[in-house]
Amino acid sequence: MDCYTANWNPLGDSAFYRKYELYSMDWDLKEELRDCLVAAAPYGGPLVSLLRKPWRKEKAASVTAVLEIYSASACLWPWKSGPVVSLGWSAEEELLCVQEDGGVLVYGLHGDFRRHFSMGNEVLQNRVLDARIFHTEFGSGVAILTGAHRFTLSANVSDLKLRRMPEVPGLQGAPTCWTALCQDRVAHILLAVGPDLYLLDQSACSAVTPFGLAPGVSSFLQMAVSFTYRHLALFTDTGYIWMGTASLKEKLCEFNCNIRAPRSRWCSRPRSKERAVVVAWERRLMVGVMRPRASSILGGLFVLDEDSYLVPELDGVRIFSRSTHEFLHEVPVASEEIFKIASMAPGALLLEAQKEYEKESQKADEYLREIQELGQLTQAVQQCIEAAGHEHRPDMQKSLLRAASFGKCFLDRFPPDSFVRMCQDLRVLNAIRDYHIGIPLTYSQYKQLTIQVLLDRLVLRRLYPLAIQICEYLRLPEVQGVSRILAHGPVQQKDVSDEDVARAINQKLGDTPGVSYSDIAARAYGCGRTELAIKLLEYEPRSGEQVPLLLKMKRSKLALSKAIESGDTDLVFTVLLHLKNELNRGDFFMTLRNQPMALSLYRQRIEGRVAALQTAADAFYKAKNEFAAKATEDQMRLLRLQRRLEDELGGRFLDLSLHDTVTTLILGGHNKRAEQLARDFRIPDKRLWWLKLTALADLEDWEELEKFSKSKKSPIGYLPFVEICMKQHNKYEAKKYASRVGPEQKVKALLLVGDVAQAADVAIEHRNEAELSLVLSHCTGATDGATADKIQRARAQAQKK
Amino acid sequence: MAFPHRLDAPELPDFSMLKRLARDQLIYLLEQLPGKKDLFIEADLMSPLDRIANVSILKQHEVDKLYKVENKPAVSSSEQLCFLVRPRIKNMRYVASLVNADKLAGRTRKYKVIFSPQKFHACEMVLEEEGVYGDVSCDEWAFSLLPLDVDLLSMELPEFFRDYFLEGDQRWINTVAQALHLLSTLYGPFPNCYGIGRCAKMSYELWRTLEEEEDGETKGRRPEIGHIFLLDRDVDFVTALCSQVVYEGLVDDTFRIKCGSVDFGPEVTSSDRSLKVLLNAEDKVFNEIRNEHFSNVFGFLSQKARNLQAQYDRRRGMDIKQMKNFVSQELKGLKQEHRLLSVHIGACESIMKKKTKQDFQELIKTEHALLEGFNIRESTSYIEEHIDRQVSPIESLRLMCLLSITENGLIPKDYRSLKTQYLQSYGPEHLLTFSNLRRAGLLTEQAPGDTLTAMESKVSKLVTDKAAGKITDAFSSLAKRSNFRAISKKLNLIPRVDGEYDLKVPRDMAYVFSGAYVPLSCRVIEQVLERRSWQGLDEVLRLLNCSELAFTDMTKEDKASSESLRLILVVFLGGCTFSEISALRFLGREKGYRFIFLTTAVTNSARLMEAMSEVKA
Repeated sequence: MDCYTANWNPLGDSAFYRKYELYSMDWDLKEELRDCLVAAAPYGGPLVSLLRKPWRKEKAASVTAVLEIYSASACLWPWKSGPVVSLGWSAEEELLCVQEDGGVLVYGLHGDFRRHFSMGNEVLQNRVLDARIFHTEFGSGVAILTGAHRFTLSANVSDLKLRRMPEVPGLQGAPTCWTALCQDRVAHILLAVGPDLYLLDQSACSAVTPFGLAPGVSSFLQMAVSFTYRHLALFTDTGYIWMGTASLKEKLCEFNCNIRAPRSRWCSRPRSKERAVVVAWERRLMVGVMRPRASSILGGLFVLDEDSYLVPELDGVRIFSRSTHEFLHEVPVASEEIFKIASMAPGALLLEAQKEYEKESQKADEYLREIQELGQLTQAVQQCIEAAGHEHRPDMQKSLLRAASFGKCFLDRFPPDSFVRMCQDLRVLNAIRDYHIGIPLTYSQYKQLTIQVLLDRLVLRRLYPLAIQICEYLRLPEVQGVSRILAHGPVQQKDVSDEDVARAINQKLGDTPGVSYSDIAARAYGCGRTELAIKLLEYEPRSGEQVPLLLKMKRSKLALSKAIESGDTDLVFTVLLHLKNELNRGDFFMTLRNQPMALSLYRQRIEGRVAALQTAADAFYKAKNEFAAKATEDQMRLLRLQRRLEDELGGRFLDLSLHDTVTTLILGGHNKRAEQLARDFRIPDKRLWWLKLTALADLEDWEELEKFSKSKKSPIGYLPFVEICMKQHNKYEAKKYASRVGPEQKVKALLLVGDVAQAADVAIEHRNEAELSLVLSHCTGATDGATADKIQRARAQAQKK
Repeated sequence: MAFPHRLDAPELPDFSMLKRLARDQLIYLLEQLPGKKDLFIEADLMSPLDRIANVSILKQHEVDKLYKVENKPAVSSSEQLCFLVRPRIKNMRYVASLVNADKLAGRTRKYKVIFSPQKFHACEMVLEEEGVYGDVSCDEWAFSLLPLDVDLLSMELPEFFRDYFLEGDQRWINTVAQALHLLSTLYGPFPNCYGIGRCAKMSYELWRTLEEEEDGETKGRRPEIGHIFLLDRDVDFVTALCSQVVYEGLVDDTFRIKCGSVDFGPEVTSSDRSLKVLLNAEDKVFNEIRNEHFSNVFGFLSQKARNLQAQYDRRRGMDIKQMKNFVSQELKGLKQEHRLLSVHIGACESIMKKKTKQDFQELIKTEHALLEGFNIRESTSYIEEHIDRQVSPIESLRLMCLLSITENGLIPKDYRSLKTQYLQSYGPEHLLTFSNLRRAGLLTEQAPGDTLTAMESKVSKLVTDKAAGKITDAFSSLAKRSNFRAISKKLNLIPRVDGEYDLKVPRDMAYVFSGAYVPLSCRVIEQVLERRSWQGLDEVLRLLNCSELAFTDMTKEDKASSESLRLILVVFLGGCTFSEISALRFLGREKGYRFIFLTTAVTNSARLMEAMSEVKA
């Protein structure tokens, strides 16, 4: 046992750190690691390296940079695009290459180009000085420091929203160091300019000072954020290290060392009280553990043989160099308990007992009794199971599991599932840790990642057989497991023609239950193979699944015909509504024209009520109520027409009465249409005249009104013209019409325009008593005195006769 | 002072008792839910409730906050909720949703629903369906009679009209019977009962049954009210459809009197606030002009203003003591009168502005032509123009109905064209309105075979005048529907006047329609009271299609005092108009009666038409 703990380094009183080799690296790196841009994805993800040199030298240099992706499969190709500033991996294991001009190229795991996006004009102009790729709850983000010392970031590259951070006051040169933080679902930037720290968020830039920072700091050289963005370490040029929470409000510890740290990463165990920071410089590696309430730190020192690169992980740090790939982490509690020298923990005893048992020694019984006396057998078994999970070496896993299984025999009711599940998980983990596969996940990372994501990653690496076997082994339901893999797999083959791929997929899958062709197609579309996606959708039996994807691919016309084929009206409406938003009016109707069925459906939908009205009309006919039936038909006609008017002219027409519809048309200046409508609906002349009269007067379009009045003999007489003009207080116009008013209403009209004298003349001429008194009642004051007299005289005369 | 009451006019019974009764019952119901509670009141019940118990009374009985029942979630935080509602399904759903929301939120509160005037089984069924019946306690507040004035009781059930006369829903009849029963227990039995109409008959019979069940109590009492007359609205739609020209009716038509009070807008108060005025006999100014034809009102008001000024002016010559007296006793009254006067003058001006336009005069002219039955063609084209010009959907509808009833239905050609015009002007959804109107008998089409009128005129030309009258009778008896023209002739509804009808000193009830028409309903009441039975009115009844539906019931024993015999309770089922009230008040003064009015709601032409309208909300 002693030899087993040989690679454990005690740090502090209780914690041990260990470093073990994952793989011996087989990459034929021509250059030194420090000459390369290197990036590694978390969760045991792939590595990428790119030679930095060509851009340092003159363009003339004949060496072409080679982008190399390692681990899953070695893959390299010459880099042709512009100078790359930074490399990184997104959460979906896509490679993001940030170029100097702010363009970001996205590649798949196999070097297949996925897409490209830009970080905005500002970045384009000022060039990229530095870039970071960081992971948030939403996905992966990119933060960029431009040549103008401004920051631009996007919190999620798959849903690109660029945010330009505010300026840092008084920033002359580039910040000495900076990092992206993600707190409360918002991404911030923390940067150091010499001895000053600034926190940038969307709206403001605020200067911050770490709590309890020792004085005398002249410059911050490095900062490191923990995997969960909860903790932060700051390195100064004096070799002083401050560790605290990312909010800078709480100091965890600080210590001095005499290093000029080039690289640092956090290394912590989930739920561990102790946080550690790993600092690598030159060829040494120092683990600084923070002790609560201890001002100084115990630094464990590991010596590295070569230049190394650190990758932060959830529960440790991956370290790789030219020849090795190692993992450094704090020894988990369970392992520690069992393997600590002279440990008397129940798990340790159980392991011992089992060993003795194998040796057929009676000591086994003694150990066992000892555990049982303490009543800790259950705990012992659990400890062994847990520790097995954290072991990297299969033989250790086995011996621990064997001990657990041995202990279980002496327990009455120990639920077997934790043991079984651990066995399964370990098998899976061991399989993927194999150097052919090369995903060095630890147990806690695996739990965090979940099996579904792991399967996706295997599929991404085109390790379909393994993925399928894992599914079968874990007995995952078809939909989650096998079918999904089958579905997603073949799409990524690139060099085969779409037709063949589609057919191949169909042959392979047949009608496997749970296979969703639309899912496969969505995947194909995601890979940029729209044509393949369409081909695949042909196999999709459910139109309801076809159509939304087709819409997404902007194949709206195809979607429309598919929807129509399906006979599902709801679906057609979905497409129609989509189309209506997408296309301009003309194109929309052109599309509809080619699809008479859709057109009729559209009409139906728009006039959802029309259908109901039709039913009503039918019922009216049955009831022999022809009037109502006709009225209902007219209503339908009107509704359709109003819809058309709304489409063509805009404005609101729906639900207006016929009269109001025509009025609205006239008010809008659509006289032709108004007349057409009046003809179509056989609006009686009288109504039309009233209507036009009112509308034109409302418009105060006197010219048109006069034209209209002369178009033919007014069926309503000319008194209304006078009235309406007076209503609009246009006496001048009113007088025009007053002269045309028929004799029986002339007096009224003249009175309306205020021409009392003439009214009196007319009334006298008519010899109409009622008219005379009417005029008389209008005679007011002195001005009309003469008129009044005249009338009185005329009256007297009439009576005489 | 137009018509002072005759000195021998009987005293009116004191109806404030009804208010006290309702208030006490409400308080009793509220006290049944001890402790603080929030009260949810249905909008329709708010004004009536206000007349019974004001907020301070409610607060005294631990009502914490008042809410309106709306289609909105309630924000009440009280532990006890009390709902005061009409028995309607939608209210029940509201209560149920509230209770269920509380249940979901894990809240337990006490709920009480008080139905007014009574609860219906259907409502409880809804509560049961929604699964909240057990959580809610139900009660009845039998508040069915609200005294709006000294002689006017309203049940405040405007929906009665549509429910009964359109939907044929008879659920309110029980409420009417209960109300009558209450009146007879309070004011003694009614020795003489008359009625006309199906609903009147059913209400009466139900009421009788109620009395029999509980007899003994009222037997020994001396009757305070000598006569009761029940009348269905559908006996006389014409009166209700006419434009009102009596002041109170005009105010109702113009500003809408709601539950005895009216909101005068800024154009009346000539300030920027609107003013709520209670219109009843207590308003001295109003009481004097309410029954006047509008043409007299202005003169009266100016006279009144002069008097008032004179009274103010009196103080000029006063010494200190007199002045003290004046200030302490009269000034307040004068001030009040002054205020009221200015309000009514404002209202008059506003009405004048609206009504003295030519349009209104022509409208009245057309109405009168329709009532008298001449120039039908002209009237029809006037209506058509009215529709074409989109003057007002309700007005157009009213004129069409008036035309239909007075003409015994529209001739098919007019019916179609008017309907088409109407739909074109006001929207096709009114097709349903027309269907409603036909069902209610307000707007009908002469059956194509019904060319009787044409025949009649042809035949009458061939024979002598005397025979012609007989032929007319014969023909009208052949007609199925009410024949307004014949009734009008029979009852002399259109007074023949030579020269101008003197509206200042009216001679008959026709003054309420400018002397052009005596309200049919009032004339029928007059005739029956004169005869003390329906005898001799068989012809009229037949023309009204009410031969089977008229009844009289007189108790033999004559305990009633002569005074009580001159008190008449008129029950309008389906609403009455202020014009009818004015006309009967006039009749009372002429004949020495006092009329008391009980109506399901005060109505007017617009309300009738709106009740029939199907317009999307």
